[in-house]
Amino acid sequence: MSTSISTERETFRLSMLLNDKRYRSYTFQFFALLVLICIIAYLGKNLVENLAKAGLNISYGFLEDPAGYDINQRLIEYNSQSSHLRAAFVGVLNTLLVAFLGCIMATVLGVTAGILRLSNNWIVAKLMTIYVEIFRNVPILIWILIISSIFMGVLPQPRAFRGENPEATMLWDMFAFTGRGVYTPGPIFFEGSLVVIGTFLLSIVSIFAFRRYARRKLYSEGKVIKTSWISLLLFFIPTIIVFYALGSPIGLEYPELKGFNFKGGIYARGSLISLWFALSIYTGAFIAEVVRAGIQSVDKGQTEAAAALGLRSNFIMNLVVLPQALRVIIPPMISFYLNITKNSSLALAVGYMDITSTLGGITLNQTGRAIEAVLLLMLFYLAISLSISAVMNVYNRSVMLKER
Amino acid sequence: MAENNASFVRHELIKEQVPPVSQRGVVKWVSENLISSPFNVIMTLLSLWIIYSIIVNSAPWFINGIWDAKSVRECYDILDGVSGACFAVLKERFPQLIYGFKYPPTEYWRPNTAVVLLLAALAPVLFRKLPQQLLGFSAIYPFLAYWLIWGGTPLVPVIAFLGLAFGIYCFRRFSARSFAFGVVIAVIAASLFWVLGGYLSEANGTFLALEAVPSRDMGGLMLNLLLGTIACSISIPLGVILALGRQSNMPIIKWICVIFIEFIRGVPLITLLFVANVILAFFFPPDTSIDLILRVIIMMTFFNSAYIAEVVRGGLAALPTGQYEAANSLGLDYAQSMRLIILPQALKISIPGIVNVSVGMLKDTTLVSIISMFDLVGMIRGPILATSEWNGVYWELFGCAAAIFFVICFSVSKYSQWLERQLETSNR
Repeated sequence: MSTSISTERETFRLSMLLNDKRYRSYTFQFFALLVLICIIAYLGKNLVENLAKAGLNISYGFLEDPAGYDINQRLIEYNSQSSHLRAAFVGVLNTLLVAFLGCIMATVLGVTAGILRLSNNWIVAKLMTIYVEIFRNVPILIWILIISSIFMGVLPQPRAFRGENPEATMLWDMFAFTGRGVYTPGPIFFEGSLVVIGTFLLSIVSIFAFRRYARRKLYSEGKVIKTSWISLLLFFIPTIIVFYALGSPIGLEYPELKGFNFKGGIYARGSLISLWFALSIYTGAFIAEVVRAGIQSVDKGQTEAAAALGLRSNFIMNLVVLPQALRVIIPPMISFYLNITKNSSLALAVGYMDITSTLGGITLNQTGRAIEAVLLLMLFYLAISLSISAVMNVYNRSVMLKER
Repeated sequence: MAENNASFVRHELIKEQVPPVSQRGVVKWVSENLISSPFNVIMTLLSLWIIYSIIVNSAPWFINGIWDAKSVRECYDILDGVSGACFAVLKERFPQLIYGFKYPPTEYWRPNTAVVLLLAALAPVLFRKLPQQLLGFSAIYPFLAYWLIWGGTPLVPVIAFLGLAFGIYCFRRFSARSFAFGVVIAVIAASLFWVLGGYLSEANGTFLALEAVPSRDMGGLMLNLLLGTIACSISIPLGVILALGRQSNMPIIKWICVIFIEFIRGVPLITLLFVANVILAFFFPPDTSIDLILRVIIMMTFFNSAYIAEVVRGGLAALPTGQYEAANSLGLDYAQSMRLIILPQALKISIPGIVNVSVGMLKDTTLVSIISMFDLVGMIRGPILATSEWNGVYWELFGCAAAIFFVICFSVSKYSQWLERQLETSNR
């Protein structure tokens, strides 16, 4: 037998490229590559011809030019003389800001709604079902527009706060909710504030260290140490002591009505707030479904088995149900976070200056560098997505059921 | 046994009694569901308060709604300070909301017919219990809809259809020898047919012609549905091919598919629409002008197919390896084993996911309003809210758009849940 195989191998015929399984895959791949190269070459040829015809070239020099437009919501210094690159960077930070805020609020809303949907209380469960269905089945763009029009239409303008008997008042003299945005007190850092922040961070580290110590004690000696109270004390006491010992180095600046507008404090524009709300309410509805499915996916036998072992109900939740539910919940949750980041590009519709509105909007229109701007825009989003999915893969591997 | 005549022994059974009041009917339901614990009582009261305040605030607005007015000012005059909606805008601008502002009003029956026929064409696909002969109509439908919506001579879609049918016939005829051979012959035959037919339809441009409507005149809800259905129906086969490519053990093909899928999934749809709007034209040969709607359909199809590919990949991965091995051991080649064994099962698993992605796609068609196309949202933001008559009637218009999308998407997702249940029971 072996001799016959070796003779077959020697007589290689051209038809084997198509009919022999060993060689056929090479033929297919060769042709696929050929077709791909042809397509790319064809598109590239068209691109070059079109660019030459329109008198354009590909160059990123425009990023150095002064942008010439203003950005009203920004986290870093920027003025209209700054470069387009800096404008794009302001946009990147704004995207990350709204995505970060949106992720937090969407998680809170979604987890609450998901748990309440499983509640025994019929009215609450139905209300949450209505919330989830209404928000899931309507495009997010419509929600963004509705919420921003509520925001602009319902809240009072800053001038309503003026005068002896104003139509609107600030909440606790600290927060002003106006149609132009929300004004909240902002921190001011004096000398020594770094020490306070340092102490605070140190106390958080020490809480983790303490909990670790307590757990080791439990495993090695079987001694149960109450961690909750000591953690709470560690969290507050050192920071407060240092804060007052240094003479209150961190103060609050309150927004004040000056002229026609508020000054001071932290100012979040209406576009940011409405985008943030819309993103989190919309995504929260999706997260609610995932959380519900995750909790329901844990078999009832697991709870019963844990109860049979004599675990108390909070231990059952923390040690048995949640770890298993989280395995189902977290992967989709991360893709929802990604969705928030990608959907934040709809900022364009409400005039929030994120990366899509700066680089893909005004910069693109002013310089006419469509190809370069859109390419950079895509690369930015791609970098975020790929890095998050890399993190997700690591996580998935770590929680995967270990099958032997 | 001796009969027991003692007077204290009962001789007949007591009749079954109804449970006590606290254990039946409304009382039991309320005590179990609404007030079982103090926390529950608080939650109940809170929800009741929320429902109450929503009703109290919105009911007058709905009830006092004005349906007949020429402008928002007239609305306010009629309302005279009372809270109320100005639904008149919906009535007056109804055709604009549905068909856009350029579609010729005399031709409204064409998209209407197309939608009704769409339902008829979808029915045999959606409900397997209907006679499957109706699928023939579903196959004809895309060509019919093209003729109805875009107008022009029916020869174009007829030739397109006949070419496709001829290609499929050739494939059937020659695929017995080898799958690839059949495909190549079919493609050649169909292209030949189309080229020859093209001359025929060009020569008889006015034969039975409906008034031609250019793509840029489409708008309103019609545009959303158009983009959604076309992008979805093309992207499902494309997504399946991409998913198979990603599972392939040929590295080059695998990596082409992986890069395509991950790239598309990594960027927001809006950037792809920017590409369609400002960049894609650079990649077409000079002197051709592809209109925006086609460019948007191309990008949306890519977008949707990448997501569908991921869903189908999940379905493929969920199949036990035994299925692949069984197909191999029967001596089926790759095309046969996929067509007969793997895909029918994998697609069945992934149908709910595909429906979800498609609903998402339909919702995402509203994004085209950002690149200044006048779909439903674009019509509201542009030509309607910008006019002086209807400036500032956000609630009615956006509420109406939200309601339309809710009805469509909610019924589709209910259908998907129903289908999921159907498929689940058939497995038992």
